[in-house]
Amino acid sequence: MELLVFLIFAFLAVAAALVVVAHKNPVYSTMALVFTLFSVAVLFILLGAPFIGVLQVLIYTGAIVVLFLFVIMLLNIGREDSQIAGHKAQLFFALLGAVSFGSLVILALSSLRPKVLAPLTPELVSLKALASTLFNEFLLPFEIIGLLLTVAVIGATVAARRPTAEESAATAAERSIETKEARP
Amino acid sequence: MTVPLSWYLILGAVLFAIGAVGALTRRNGISIFLSIEVMLNAANLTLIAYARQWESHAGQVVVFFVMAVAAAEAAVGLALFIAVFRQRHTIDLNRINLLRW
Repeated sequence: MELLVFLIFAFLAVAAALVVVAHKNPVYSTMALVFTLFSVAVLFILLGAPFIGVLQVLIYTGAIVVLFLFVIMLLNIGREDSQIAGHKAQLFFALLGAVSFGSLVILALSSLRPKVLAPLTPELVSLKALASTLFNEFLLPFEIIGLLLTVAVIGATVAARRPTAEESAATAAERSIETKEARP
Repeated sequence: MTVPLSWYLILGAVLFAIGAVGALTRRNGISIFLSIEVMLNAANLTLIAYARQWESHAGQVVVFFVMAVAAAEAAVGLALFIAVFRQRHTIDLNRINLLRW
């Protein structure tokens, strides 16, 4: 039963990831990403991390993917302008990287001792135990992550903001000075 | 029958490789971000698999942090794309080459 669920969702995750990478239209890529994230969330639950699985669905598919879709619609991005075919060198190096990474994984797995997954314990699944680890051992990183999110929200607001009239006038003036200096 | 640990690791590696190929070959900024999300998820899957193997909560906590960092990265990155789009009217990374050597 567990094997069947794993196989179905592993296949779904890989197929959807291929669509994410290969599809020309970013909207379809994003929708395929939802399938990948959802399949990985099911695998998280299968591995005895139900809280992380729920967080995956809530944060990723609920918040991050919606943010992506909003930006795609806001910028009205269609299909890609330049084709992959024009960048043979990049494709070659990407495939080389993928092959070397795959061979590294095979090397690592061939020397891996415990082949069978440890049995699921109630201690591992319990949310209480996870929370006590998070707020005892990892309290400082937790606070730092909170700070990081605050900084990211402020930074995103500042970066995406439309420049005020004074600022755009100032940049225009700077540009005209630069062009005058460049052509004496 | 239970699933061996190595299967989860192989799945993580496959997803990571797909994401890496996407991040290196796509030219659309949004698509590169989506590929990076796939790579982050592959890493998360590996972390959760090892958390199960060693019966430790540390792996799950790290995945929690990775998700927070991914959210911050998506917010800032997409804001930068909006800012760049205002100036250049494209997010095709072949045309945004101001900082390229």
